[in-house]
Amino acid sequence: MTAMMIDIGIMAAKALLVLSMVLNLAGLLGWVERKGSALIQDRIGANRASILGFAGLGLVNTLIADPIKFLTKEDFIPPRGDRLLHTLAPCVALFPALVTFAVIPFGDVLMLGDREINLQVANLNVGILYIFSMASLSVYGIVIGAWASNNKFSLLGGVRGSAQMISYEIAMGLSVMGVLMVYGTLELQAIARAQGDLLWGWLPAWGIFLQPVAFLLFFTAAVAETKRIPFDLPEGESEIVAGYHVEYSGAKFLMFFTGEFAEIVTAAALVTTLFFGGWQLPYLLRDGFHFPWGTTLWLPHLLVVLLQVGAFTLKVVFFCWLQILVRWSLPRFRYDQVMRLGWKMLLPLAFVNVMVTAVWIVASQNSP
Amino acid sequence: MILFFILAGLSIAFSLLVVFQRNVVHSALALVATLFLIAVLFLTLEATMVGILQILVYAGAIMVLFLFVIMLLHPGALEGRRTLWWTVGSVGGLLLLFEFVRLLVGSATPAAAPAPSSASFGSPEALAQSLFNDFVLPFEIASVLLLVAIIGAVVLAKREM
Repeated sequence: MTAMMIDIGIMAAKALLVLSMVLNLAGLLGWVERKGSALIQDRIGANRASILGFAGLGLVNTLIADPIKFLTKEDFIPPRGDRLLHTLAPCVALFPALVTFAVIPFGDVLMLGDREINLQVANLNVGILYIFSMASLSVYGIVIGAWASNNKFSLLGGVRGSAQMISYEIAMGLSVMGVLMVYGTLELQAIARAQGDLLWGWLPAWGIFLQPVAFLLFFTAAVAETKRIPFDLPEGESEIVAGYHVEYSGAKFLMFFTGEFAEIVTAAALVTTLFFGGWQLPYLLRDGFHFPWGTTLWLPHLLVVLLQVGAFTLKVVFFCWLQILVRWSLPRFRYDQVMRLGWKMLLPLAFVNVMVTAVWIVASQNSP
Repeated sequence: MILFFILAGLSIAFSLLVVFQRNVVHSALALVATLFLIAVLFLTLEATMVGILQILVYAGAIMVLFLFVIMLLHPGALEGRRTLWWTVGSVGGLLLLFEFVRLLVGSATPAAAPAPSSASFGSPEALAQSLFNDFVLPFEIASVLLLVAIIGAVVLAKREM
């Protein structure tokens, strides 16, 4: 009985840890976005709000003043809109972004006493399919919000958003196929473990080295799925004001906003797990570093786990920053360009990648 | 068991909403909820793969297309339900209900106890094994059928242009 209680406690602790990490990272990304964009555009950026003269590089602005402003604003529901669905939409938008993280492993096993703790909230044998099914549900937030607002700009944004997200989901799914074929599993923890192997005795078998084309396709599709510049046609403020969330204010808008940042974190974590070794640090095994030139550095177990979780976090933060860099460096595409890129370039390339990978796997199996 | 009745009750409630809502968008969303709940039912039966595919394909892809078309065409609330079709549909539905009740009463004893599930039950590997070994011909025929449907849709769209 107590063993079961402890198990449940561990599960709850893991879920809480991951959820709070994602939400905190999403909140911090708001600050990174504002200060980072200022850095990129040679501006000063958010620095107006301060507590006793302390502005903390805009942290006070984005982490204290902004949420207070959002939460105290009037919650406006369009009089001719749909009250129930207008309220439901932000929840539907936030939900998939937060639950996707459940299958992403953030470390190897942690040994506490005689207990093995898998550092992953849920180890599903369909791992990656779960992520895609949640991603496919994330369209509803936009569509419902757009429709319930009873506003033609919202509706246009919703129609654009649903078409764009369906198109890029297909390219995203196909680009991952190559990775799944190479590692031969759908489980994300198994994929992360397999990336600890070495190629030719020195190169880590990360997805980026085995499937470079898949990485480019997947990253592009993932950026498109987050609906940010250069793929922010559903919002497109110069054409349709703010698209699907034009009628949203206050806390509901904050939920859409948080959902977007949580999606960035999830996309970064997925890229890390599939292509950059997940929690793997090159040459770090469970008992310490084993360098290819023969040196071995023994490390205590807890330090190894900390290094792995730290490596994972660092990689995720790097890819979050890369996405923000992309967002502030590129102009918005035209809608036909978005569709052409998705259907006529990413999709055929993903098909070719799957074919080439299949031929390569069969050939390497037949000639040992 | 309690979970099953909660899920079943909810999915029946939502599927009734699909039929009785006057607003098309509400109906479509209720259908999404129904499909999602059925997927959860699959999950409780340890058929993880089927459950996830149910969400991915039905709740995630097909219903999004439904909503997309509804939003593009933008129909108003449905009015005038007491038509000929309403009567025909009711009669058909009652006949179906009668048949269901007859079947349920006929097999009062529950079906044989479910086979004990092996560890690999419902896993992607088990599904792939049966799909690509035992049922490879129906699978391929279904894919050809879908291909024909796609080509047909393209031909129809081209003719309109």
